[in-house]
Amino acid sequence: MSNKKIKKLTPTQQEYKRFAKERVPKRPVLLNTIRAFIAGGIICTIGQGVQWMFMTYFGFSEVTAGNPTVAVLIIAAVLLTGFGVYDHIAQWAGAGSAVPVTGFANTIASAAIEHRTEGYVLGVGGNMFKLAGSVIAYGVFSAFVVALVKITFKALGGI
Amino acid sequence: MEKFIWAFIVGGGICVIGQIMFDVLRLTPAHTMSTLVVAGAVLGGLGLYEPLIKFAGAGASVPISSFGNALVKGALMEAERTGLVGVLTGIFEVTSAGVSAAIIFGFMGSLIFKPKG
Repeated sequence: MSNKKIKKLTPTQQEYKRFAKERVPKRPVLLNTIRAFIAGGIICTIGQGVQWMFMTYFGFSEVTAGNPTVAVLIIAAVLLTGFGVYDHIAQWAGAGSAVPVTGFANTIASAAIEHRTEGYVLGVGGNMFKLAGSVIAYGVFSAFVVALVKITFKALGGI
Repeated sequence: MEKFIWAFIVGGGICVIGQIMFDVLRLTPAHTMSTLVVAGAVLGGLGLYEPLIKFAGAGASVPISSFGNALVKGALMEAERTGLVGVLTGIFEVTSAGVSAAIIFGFMGSLIFKPKG
C-alpha cells in the first residue's frame, strides 16, 4: 500500500495494518526455488527425451522435432490436468510447473474444464483463454514491436 | 547425453527466475508468464535466444519464454520473404503447433473431464 493511502487511515486502522503485516506467513523462498529448479528441470529433461525420441525413431531433424515435442507435452499436461494430478504437482513445484509450456496448457485446460457448467460456448469457449490470453496478447504484441524494430534497424543498415 | 544435463540445468534455471518473481516480487502467475514471454521476445530479437536453444535444447525451448522467441522468429522469417506484411502473417507461423494443440486438446479435455472439487 502506498504512503498516501496509509495516511488516510485512522490510527486504529494503521495499527491493525502493522499487526496484520507481522502475521502474514513468510514464504520459504529458498525451498520454493529449489523445488522449482528440480521440477522445471525434470519437465525440460522429459521434453529433451521426447525430442530425442522423435529425432532417432521418426526421422525428424533437430529443428522440426520441436513442434511434435511441444504437442506431446501439451497432451500430457491436459491429461494430467483432467485427472487432477497437475494441481498436486503445481502445489509442490510452484513456478517449476507453471513456466514450462505444460503450465500454459494447464491454464487453458483447467479454465475450459472448470467453466464447463456454464455451457460450451460461453463457458468453455469464452473462458478458455482467461489466463493464457494475457500470455498470447503480450507475446504477440511484444513480438510485433521487436520485429518492427529489428526490421527498421536492418533497413537503416545497422546490426 | 550431455544435452539432457544442460536441458535440466537451463530449464530449471528459467523456472527459478519465475519462482523468484512469484515469491520475491509477489507477481501473480499470469504476470510472471507474460513477463517471461516478453523477455523471450526481446532476447529473440537480439538474437540471443537461438544460441541458448542450440546449447540447451528443450531446456530453452520448453519454458514459456521460447514462445516469445518463436513469435519473433516467425514474424522475421516471413518478413524476409514477403516484406512488411510478413510481420502480421508470419507471427504465428512457428508457434502454431503449440497454440493449436493447446486449444484443441484443452477443448477435448473439457468434453471428457468433469470439474473436480
